[in-house]
Amino acid sequence: MLEQNNTYQPKIVAFCCNWCSYAGADGAGTARKHYPANIKIIKVPCSCRVNPLFILRAFARGADGVILCGCHPGDCHYTTGNYFTRRRMTLLLSMLDYLGVAGDRFRVEWVSAAEGARFAEVMNNFAAHIAALGKNVKLRDLRCAK
Amino acid sequence: MELTDKELAEQILHLAGTDVKRCIQCGRCSAACPVGDKMDFVPSRMVWELVNGHGASLIKADAPWRCLSCFACEQRCPRGVSPAAVMEAVRLTEIRKQSANKLAAESLENYPADMPQQALVAAFRKYSK
Amino acid sequence: MQKIGVFVCWCGSNIAGTVDVAAVAEAVRQIPDVAFATDYKYMCSEQGQAIIRQAVKDYQLDRIVVCSCSPRMHEATFRKCAESVGINPYMVEIANIREQCSWVLKDKAEATAKAIKLAKAAIAKVRFNTPLHAGKSNVVKRALVIGGGIAGIQTALDIAEAGYKVDIVEKEPTIGGRMAQLDKTFPTLDCSACILTPKMVDAAQHENITLYTYSEVEKVSGFVGNFDVTIRKKARSVKADMCSGCGLCTEKCPSRKTPSEFDMGLKNRGAIYIPFAQAIPKVPVIDRDACLKFKTGKCGICSMVCPCEAIDYTQQDELVTEKYGAIVLATGFELLPLDKFADLGWGVSKDVISSLQLERLTNAAGPTEGHLVCPSSGKEPKSVVIVSCVGSRDTTERGKTYCSKICCMYNAKHAMYIREKYPNVDVTVFYIDVRTPGKGFDEFQRRAVEEYGVHYVRGQVGKVVVDGDGKLTVFASDLNSGRHLMLFPDLVVLAAAVKPAPDARKLATMLTASIDNDDFYVEAHPKLRPVESPTAGVFLSGMCQGPKDIPETVSQAGAAAAKVIGLLAKEHLATNPCTAMCQENICSGCKTCAHVCPYGAITYAGKQIITLAGTREQRTVAVVNEALCQGCGACTVACPSTAMDLKGFTNKQILAEVDALC
Repeated sequence: MLEQNNTYQPKIVAFCCNWCSYAGADGAGTARKHYPANIKIIKVPCSCRVNPLFILRAFARGADGVILCGCHPGDCHYTTGNYFTRRRMTLLLSMLDYLGVAGDRFRVEWVSAAEGARFAEVMNNFAAHIAALGKNVKLRDLRCAK
Repeated sequence: MELTDKELAEQILHLAGTDVKRCIQCGRCSAACPVGDKMDFVPSRMVWELVNGHGASLIKADAPWRCLSCFACEQRCPRGVSPAAVMEAVRLTEIRKQSANKLAAESLENYPADMPQQALVAAFRKYSK
Repeated sequence: MQKIGVFVCWCGSNIAGTVDVAAVAEAVRQIPDVAFATDYKYMCSEQGQAIIRQAVKDYQLDRIVVCSCSPRMHEATFRKCAESVGINPYMVEIANIREQCSWVLKDKAEATAKAIKLAKAAIAKVRFNTPLHAGKSNVVKRALVIGGGIAGIQTALDIAEAGYKVDIVEKEPTIGGRMAQLDKTFPTLDCSACILTPKMVDAAQHENITLYTYSEVEKVSGFVGNFDVTIRKKARSVKADMCSGCGLCTEKCPSRKTPSEFDMGLKNRGAIYIPFAQAIPKVPVIDRDACLKFKTGKCGICSMVCPCEAIDYTQQDELVTEKYGAIVLATGFELLPLDKFADLGWGVSKDVISSLQLERLTNAAGPTEGHLVCPSSGKEPKSVVIVSCVGSRDTTERGKTYCSKICCMYNAKHAMYIREKYPNVDVTVFYIDVRTPGKGFDEFQRRAVEEYGVHYVRGQVGKVVVDGDGKLTVFASDLNSGRHLMLFPDLVVLAAAVKPAPDARKLATMLTASIDNDDFYVEAHPKLRPVESPTAGVFLSGMCQGPKDIPETVSQAGAAAAKVIGLLAKEHLATNPCTAMCQENICSGCKTCAHVCPYGAITYAGKQIITLAGTREQRTVAVVNEALCQGCGACTVACPSTAMDLKGFTNKQILAEVDALC
């Protein structure tokens, strides 16, 4: 359903790696640190599982912001996963920039399992940022509109 | 309109801008204060009174006027609280009241003639409206 | 058609308080392939699981979605439940509507809407789930304990007693750790060495325990049940098998400039040294940075006096590789370096010492043979001030935010040591709080006040000023009486914060074990799994996991040992079935995937492939070793043709989740 009221609620998808950032998200919940409801998390085993195509798909389907969270470089549970993430996502950001997509609708953040409070802070920050950017129009695929 | 004890304390807290709830009443600030032994309410007591909303006793205290603003208390605090800010907030609250001068112009007669001009000006700025 | 069962948990009021669980169940019931949906108070309980089992039977469900707490809590529970009624355990998906929904939101409407979305995403994913079967991997029946203090020793002893081989790797020349430095231990005032050394001897003599002292872990690879570890045995410059431990070399060494680490810098040691008399092994070590022979080529006295010809200046570090089924981290702690506490006199006066330094001074085997003297003058102090919480409960950059737990008790202990031996010495302890939980702990601390006449003053020390003559002035608060105090003690003892050993972080990276911002290792669950790291096969024992005293350390060491024994006792481990898989008919054999695999799990083989066009072709395709693959998914994204996919997190599954959420 397209929004019928005037208050724009951005849709944000967060990809979180099972070992660090997903645990960090759980930590935010355990500590009851709030962040907006429009952020929804998809669990992946490692941030390196996230294909840039998933991110573009999210934007095509109407996401206004996508954030990818992984372990801090050096702390990846699979040792090298997040290094690949870092390289791939640098390219993706470059590509989005080339496409002229409004600044930073996609972000990469490193959050460890012990950083529950920080996870909430990162999400609140990103949500505010996306709300300020407005609706994602450029990457939206209207054929997917429900 | 008279403010309640709590409202007064809230006003002082707002002026102070320091998170007094972080205080664990360890007393390092009071111990570090160079004039702590001459204060009626040592810095940690001032913070305690503010935490508990006792605005009136903060205003009545003599301590803010003994305070040298040396900031040793703020520097020594392990919790990031600034008792110095509380002292300043109480001073400002008092000074901003109408005709609540703590330094009367008449008292100048009692000061030594060779007292540096700057010290007098600083004292007037600090202690009177 | 698929028959999905959706079970929405209340989790008491944890979820139901913020999410309208009935509405969630109702919303998903409308979906055509959801054959059954319900809500219940505690889905993980026996009754909750019975509901799932009954629904599977009544509605012929073939896959399950549970909307509940984090999968990190109960995914395993629900998988077992599914298995018990004949559903493959991997046909279960969890929607996290607690930690990531009800606990982070206030508004009921918002939270319910989010829960419904999350449920739908889980349903979208589960539609693409396929049955997965865990493989088997073997378990090497040997454990590695990193750290040879009381925690490491106790864990090793317990594992060895159960009949398993265990290696202790200790970076100091001797095992024993911090406990060897202590004089007496609270609350019993047992002599620390007397209770530690028998355990040290047991560890050395046990047939199942091998000690690697003066050694460090260099490299770790592998996974639970099959860790490959490289240990660096640092060169002692002494042949351990020839050395008799007579100690003559340490007496004759002319170099006396190095502060003794064991004596906390209160005394110097030789370049060739044995840390303490009861060291195990009692084999000295040459500190090559201090040794004249190594620095200038001259000297060699130790080699000349050695009756066993055990000195070997040419000895090199040795690398040993070994396989282990489980690893235990027991790396212990150090005191917070106090260089930022000059306002308390640290570094300004030699008579301002740390609590560990005081232990060495009162210890009969210490640098002053147990005589309490002021380090600056060598004279007995007439009064002593003990300062609590130096660097603990401190939210500024120079301290640690946590309470170090052991200091209130050891301050009372130190105060009583001093008063017992020197009844004329005045002792004052300044505290913020006195924390004495534990059996007999409060009574112990009260004895200091009531029987030993120690002055306990509630109030902290603001500063310690050292005058030109080296005299100390302590400025403190007495908050109970509202007084400002000035004291003139001869000795000031700072109860410094504890912090994990400096190489904790390096080891955490090597083992991919979780570590927090204070460098304590993170446990899998703070309440229910305190001795396991989230990384399978890695366990935690002692201070390295969090501040604790000796009784708690020994308890935790036993707990870690029990977990290790439980692991080593298994014939096989079920391997993670969520491994990579190659769709051979679209694999071009480009070999990109192997480059990104951290485990070397991908190889290539020539195979006869039936192509998408229906023809036969000989092609080199990727082959995944399911025992080695840990399921990270790096290969899936590197693969240019999406031939590589990850079971349990396939492209279709993730895209379905994305579609459902957007």
